[in-house]
Amino acid sequence: MRKYLAFFRLRFSMDLQYRAAAFAGILTQFVWGAMEILMFRAFYQADPSAFPMSLEATASYVWMQQAFLALFMAWMMDNDIFDSIANGNIAYELCRPINIYRMWFARSLAGRLAKALLRSLPILLTALFLPAPYGLMLPVSLDAFLLSFLTLLLGTGVTVSFCMLVYMATFFTISPMGIRIIAVSGVEFLSGAVIPLPFFPDGIRHILELLPFASMQNVPLRIYSGDLAGAAMWQAVFLQVFWLIALTLLGEFLNMLAMKRVTLQGG
Amino acid sequence: MIKVEHVCKTYKVSKRNAGFSSALKALFHKEYELIHALDDVSFTISEGEMVGYIGPNGAGKSSTIKILSGILTPEEGICQIDGLTPWKNRIQHVKNIGVVFGQRTQLWWDVPVLDSFELLKEIYRIDPLTYRRNLEHLSHMLNLSELLKTPVRQLSLGQRMRCEIAASLLHNPKILFLDEPTIGLDAVSKLAVRDFILQLNKEKNITVILTTHDMQDIEALTNRVILIGKGKVLLDGTLEDIRKDFDSTEEALAQFYRSHQI
Repeated sequence: MRKYLAFFRLRFSMDLQYRAAAFAGILTQFVWGAMEILMFRAFYQADPSAFPMSLEATASYVWMQQAFLALFMAWMMDNDIFDSIANGNIAYELCRPINIYRMWFARSLAGRLAKALLRSLPILLTALFLPAPYGLMLPVSLDAFLLSFLTLLLGTGVTVSFCMLVYMATFFTISPMGIRIIAVSGVEFLSGAVIPLPFFPDGIRHILELLPFASMQNVPLRIYSGDLAGAAMWQAVFLQVFWLIALTLLGEFLNMLAMKRVTLQGG
Repeated sequence: MIKVEHVCKTYKVSKRNAGFSSALKALFHKEYELIHALDDVSFTISEGEMVGYIGPNGAGKSSTIKILSGILTPEEGICQIDGLTPWKNRIQHVKNIGVVFGQRTQLWWDVPVLDSFELLKEIYRIDPLTYRRNLEHLSHMLNLSELLKTPVRQLSLGQRMRCEIAASLLHNPKILFLDEPTIGLDAVSKLAVRDFILQLNKEKNITVILTTHDMQDIEALTNRVILIGKGKVLLDGTLEDIRKDFDSTEEALAQFYRSHQI
């Protein structure tokens, strides 16, 4: 465990040093969030009764999403990992007494947490002071706040373990491009990153909510805004735990297969 | 003690002619060729020995090193290093070895060298006292004190290589694999690295296996030479066996390669 913590620490401190990137990220996320809310406002004004969430909850969803973008965006993958497989630098990591899967897991988690730490607070603070219904509302209750925090971490875990599958698949395909593009756009659409899941038609939504993608940002962002509560909420939390375990086990299994047939590129 | 018996490793390599039409053809029918990187390789190396592992480009040197360090699995053959089979007991085995790949880097690019060292300390669970002692010793011998706080991307190749070698030795390995450690180094750095390896072998009785194209490396460091070509061991002996009547080892070696058509 301590070795993996060491990877976590190094990656975390490494990502903390990119200040300009964080600043640019904050600006982008802010503008993006504002545009998204304006779009939802237009829909809302057209027909409030057809709007599945309250406008306030939707705005909070968007701001939380933008603030914690680094935790949930599947496209933020670690290019160093892909490169090390494609050019053979992974040779060095293979001659260490470590499990590759767990090491990369720790690294990816650290990268996401460090990026989120730098970016989230300024966005959240600014959004809190925006006028209702366009700003970030305070959590509906203390319970909702604590649970959204817990599920935020669970959702990050699910996102990382999903991305780990893409890394592991690269051992077999060498080039990450194909799988990566499909996985990233799949996650984007199915996890509620483009539009929140309640906006999907009912039949599709019921299926989507069972998939691992719904266990990423969908749960914490909707619990925070009070859109997800009661029995449905507990079911969602249970699914998060289930998917985290299932995806991690699958990843470890792929890791085992990959270790047996790994070939190194580039001499 | 390292024992290698009848090890074979083949790679599947996709091949096609240059040009658009053959690229199109390869879309439907891909041709593969099996390359026998290692073909029935056997040798034993005893503890504390320094062995030069040489051969022309593509002879299978790096493949051997990778098999010995547990990274690659051969199709056939037995390999025992201190009683362990590298690819089966990878994690147990790699605790006892240090590896330097001259063409790659194990240090984290954007952070100071020391950060990478601290990470290795955790990975190998080196106790703080040993770590401090090894670090002092290594930075003294390889002249690293100025470099340790510099981010790796700002080091020169020679400076980085000295750090790479130090990184591979922090955990007191019993066996050191050096895959072209002097590639691209200037004369001063080369001599420093050679002296260091010699001293290391004398002081700690580390087994060293070295691949290189630099015959002076071999002359300075090793008595025993294993020469491989096209995946087969062609000679296992001393440098004198190759040199015979030639003036320079380089010429002798080139003649040897030519006569074996490798």
